[in-house]
Amino acid sequence: MIEDFKKIYDNRHTYMQEWKEKNPDWKVMGYMCSYMPEEILYAAKVLPVRMLGGHEPQNVTEPHIMGMFCPFCRDVLAQGLLGKYDYCDCIGITHTCKHLNQAYESLILHKGMEHFFIPMPNKLQCKQALPYYSGILGLFKKQIEEWTGNTITDDDLKRGIEIVDENRRLMREVYEARKAEDPPISGVDSMVMVCASQMYDKVEVNKIIADVLKDELPGRQAKDDPGIRLMILGSEDDDVKFLTMVEDVGASIVIDDHCTGSRYFWNTTEPGDNLMDVIADRYLKRPPCPIKDMPHRTRIPHIVGLAREWDVAGAIVIQQKFCDPHELDKVAVVKGLEEAGFPSLYLEFDVTVPLGPFRIRVEAFLETLGSEDLF
Amino acid sequence: MGIYKTEPLKCWGKAKELRLSVYEGIQKARDEGTMLVAGGTESAIALPAGFDFDFLGGEPYGASCTFAGIHDSSCNRGFMETAEAASYPRDMCAYMRIGIGSLLSDRFVFGGKYPVPTFNLQTHICDTHGKWYQIMSDIEGVPYEVVDYIPYEWETENESEESKTLKRTYMKDQMLEVIEWMEKQSGKTFDDEKFINAVNWECESTALWAQCCMINQSIPAVMDEKMMYSLYIIAVLMRQQKAAVEFYKVLLDELKDRADRGIAAFENEKFRMIHDSQPPWHALQIFRYLEEFGAVCIGAHYSFSLSGGWAYDKKQDKYLPALPPKEAGVTLSTREEACEWYSEWLLAYHSLLRSLRYSGRGKHKRIQDIIDNWKIDGMMIHLNRGCEGTAVGQMELRRYLADQDIPALTYEGNLADVREFDVERTIDKIDTFMETVGLEKL
Repeated sequence: MIEDFKKIYDNRHTYMQEWKEKNPDWKVMGYMCSYMPEEILYAAKVLPVRMLGGHEPQNVTEPHIMGMFCPFCRDVLAQGLLGKYDYCDCIGITHTCKHLNQAYESLILHKGMEHFFIPMPNKLQCKQALPYYSGILGLFKKQIEEWTGNTITDDDLKRGIEIVDENRRLMREVYEARKAEDPPISGVDSMVMVCASQMYDKVEVNKIIADVLKDELPGRQAKDDPGIRLMILGSEDDDVKFLTMVEDVGASIVIDDHCTGSRYFWNTTEPGDNLMDVIADRYLKRPPCPIKDMPHRTRIPHIVGLAREWDVAGAIVIQQKFCDPHELDKVAVVKGLEEAGFPSLYLEFDVTVPLGPFRIRVEAFLETLGSEDLF
Repeated sequence: MGIYKTEPLKCWGKAKELRLSVYEGIQKARDEGTMLVAGGTESAIALPAGFDFDFLGGEPYGASCTFAGIHDSSCNRGFMETAEAASYPRDMCAYMRIGIGSLLSDRFVFGGKYPVPTFNLQTHICDTHGKWYQIMSDIEGVPYEVVDYIPYEWETENESEESKTLKRTYMKDQMLEVIEWMEKQSGKTFDDEKFINAVNWECESTALWAQCCMINQSIPAVMDEKMMYSLYIIAVLMRQQKAAVEFYKVLLDELKDRADRGIAAFENEKFRMIHDSQPPWHALQIFRYLEEFGAVCIGAHYSFSLSGGWAYDKKQDKYLPALPPKEAGVTLSTREEACEWYSEWLLAYHSLLRSLRYSGRGKHKRIQDIIDNWKIDGMMIHLNRGCEGTAVGQMELRRYLADQDIPALTYEGNLADVREFDVERTIDKIDTFMETVGLEKL
């Protein structure tokens, strides 16, 4: 049931510790960016668990990371340094932004954990990216085999692909249901569902999502009055308090473009003979992080397409303070939305957000969106 | 009288002349409508050399605007504020904000209107670079292409040859495709011979700069960091040209002569320091302030490597100037061979770009190498809010130095944004540091 997503999200570490006890032949990788090729890990009996922040003030990262690096990377590093992810047997990252990479390097230096870095390309649009990344994933597969002692067969890979694709299909179905005039699931519950999928065993989470789709969503209304339909997009965002506040003041978040949201699961793998090509191709084609969207801008038509298809009145663009990738796209994204007729509200996030001032800004934004009703 | 003899560099005037010629060339290209390419100077600037072209590099242009801003704040603060008024966030790369502001103001700091290029060509060396010129192209309305750059890992990480081959092939194939793209955009035929020469010269000039840096192991140092800024810039701006090779040959001979004769950059050298990251270009006087204590900054991983080709020598366990193709016994004959070698040069020997992506143990090892071989007594780290690439790993570096009992001074600032630098506070920090290492004003 929907409640179960929240239970996993709120008690992620307890869930994982218990899961590990029940699955002693598996290893656990804490990973830091949603581009991690989870298919290969499932094939090798390594459970990928996304490392997210704790949304609590902390005092352990200042000696490691400069203050101008984003609060998310500092929060993730804090969780690692505080031992919250000590049940992980290794950590991993694909080439992502410098800030998160810094958190990864600090964890290597100070936690002494086994680690895997995947040098993912950034120019996903070029034809050279696929052979390169397929080759790199092949090397990653070998490294994982050596580390676990498990040989990864094609059947294992197919099983891994199926588990992860199933998760993507199911979440996409939930998102499709949010197109309804009265969405059956709230924005915050949807976000928690995606995060639960990232931080727990997908086989278990898939069962929950399938049950939710079959037994809970049909005929359900998340809110008596859905209010104004909004999109939310930008940096990593699993700020439950913020999303709850927005949905409490007269809005429903019906779609997003976050790596803790739709970007994570939007596309599935496409059939093919070479399984490394198949896996690589899926990550190259997913809705990109801004840092990987060049030389052409593909994000803007995608974002505007989502806004139209999910019929939103406006968008909240959030950005983790100092998050360069999203800052670099800010002007183009806001302009693209406005040109397509979608007003936007731009907010800067920290580890904790100032809910009072943000509530006033969100209410003002909703008032402007609803102004047509006044006249 | 100081402890050592000192004298001006004889080739100083030539360096100024070469620097100026680059910006004169850009203005001429703008005025006469000849081919102008823009991008980061740490891009593969030999790549367009199959054409006759001028190159406008964003980083040295940003540094020039910053220096000019000391006398005319509209060139620095003004450009920043123009970019911010257009909603570009103020904590992004300071060079980029200056570039955007200069473009939006339609003002070139060397005179006249901002030179809109024929196309922008960038190498994606850090999070910002590939996106920076995407934004510039959005505003200018000119074509844009980018080469993705994924450097080899530091030697400490034991990267496999298979992985290196994949990276080299990825970059080489992108370069080959970009050449065809440039031909389409310009409507001109790419001259392979000119390109091959440019690759050879780029490798040669950057290797020569590394050799110049090696001479600075001498006591007293023959160059200080502030001098280096005016010398490495030749390779930054025009390393793909024969004139750069010729300049560095002259400089190398002069530096050797200075070392033989014991000529110092700073006559009272007592305490040798290195710096980390770009300096605050608007406050270079901090380097002169060090000298009041007999301390001198004699280099940096940044100024050694920004334009230097460095290879790790496993036998000696140290970094040495890399061998350019001719010295390595390689003759480049085709476009493909040149792209392959060029990719290898950038991926393997451009150690500064590597540290923008990976820091940790590898950067610590490189800094330790400089400390040991250049006989360094202490380090100053610019916690640089204007360049997140060079800021990667700085706090971990500080911890590492503390563990090694190497005195280190950190100061916060911004390479180009004067609003984020407090000169008095920095002077206070230098005073405190000097007291802790037992140095008093001379």
